Amino acid sequence: MAEHNGTWWIWKVFWILLIVTTVEVVLGIIKPEFMLTPVAGTSILNYVFIILTIFKAAYIVQVFMHVKFENKAMKYSLYLPTLILIPYLTFILLTEGSYLFQ
Amino acid sequence: MASTAEIKEENHWGGASRPLGARYGKLMMWFFLLSDALTFSGFLTAYGLMRFKYEKTWPIAENVFTHFPGIEGDQPLLYVALMTFILIMSSVTMVLAVNAGEKMKRGAVTNWMLLTIIGGLIFVGSQAWEWYHFISGDTGAIETDHAEILHVYNEEGERLSFSQLVHGMENGHASNHGETFTKEEVLSALKANTTYYLQEPGKAGEKFDHVASVTFLEQGDIVQGANMTHNEYGRKQFANFFFFITGFHGFHVFSGVVINFVIFYNILLGTYERRGHYRMVEKVGLYWHFVDLVWVFVFTFFYLV
Repeated sequence: MAEHNGTWWIWKVFWILLIVTTVEVVLGIIKPEFMLTPVAGTSILNYVFIILTIFKAAYIVQVFMHVKFENKAMKYSLYLPTLILIPYLTFILLTEGSYLFQ
Repeated sequence: MASTAEIKEENHWGGASRPLGARYGKLMMWFFLLSDALTFSGFLTAYGLMRFKYEKTWPIAENVFTHFPGIEGDQPLLYVALMTFILIMSSVTMVLAVNAGEKMKRGAVTNWMLLTIIGGLIFVGSQAWEWYHFISGDTGAIETDHAEILHVYNEEGERLSFSQLVHGMENGHASNHGETFTKEEVLSALKANTTYYLQEPGKAGEKFDHVASVTFLEQGDIVQGANMTHNEYGRKQFANFFFFITGFHGFHVFSGVVINFVIFYNILLGTYERRGHYRMVEKVGLYWHFVDLVWVFVFTFFYLV
């Protein structure tokens, strides 16, 4: 819990979230031409958005919600259900979704 | 050896061991948030499925949410970026409140909680403003008898509002500003301007020539604004998901503000000072961060992607 001294670790995450959000908004407004090439179903830009979103979410969960400082059993009981079920649901809808056109 | 095992077993049931290292209240809050996360992922993936189904004509969010209070014209993403910033900020004040609570600094907890509540209220207010503009509508659209939405364009490919169509380009506004039009007004204006045509929304919406456009309007009707059954921006599913997802999230923010207020009131009363710890602040803090976490995903999948 060394990080719990002072409040600098909170402001660090604040700046990370702010900068990443600003980057997202700027990319969303200018939509750079080279990032619009589709790769495996969607544009590179959308992959960038999704990666940045997961990056932000990880900071919120790890630091703001203190999961970083929980014990191993607690981490597993929170991460395993979400990290298995949500990608599974996404996968199912992405694969089964293509049958909508048949 | 057998007896030692027995004693250990007894301790387990007696509550002596804490395998997850967290107290009951916090654990239950986490399990609630876990189920809530799955609910939201269900909504967002369902949204993705519908969007995939109607990919070509699905409204592009930045053409829908273009208003910023006090500024005329198109401001895509700016308002929602501000809302995101407000929510992140109130999440930060919440961590600061939890942090001050751990150190038993009552004054600091009070101030940070108050700022968190204010941030939450501003966010809910912003969402109400956005809903108001979404519901009252922007340019107006034509709905065919097959429930397809079409927008009016001029010969230069600029999208026109009913105001510009009926009052002319010089006198009309890019947004209808709450003015309502009748089908007859729109139809006669469309007939009079033979270079104007109708086009579907979305990134690959089909264009129709003037003659076909007039026929579509004659057989169809006009739509102004959005509700659960008619939506001038495009597919009605877009409005349905908008109301449902941002509404469900907004309700979380609203209940978060109420819960935060209850905790804030208790801080003022000195309840947690007497109790000797501020764990309640930590528990509502988890809920509040979760609301921020969900918004991060809603922001990406509803407004950016």
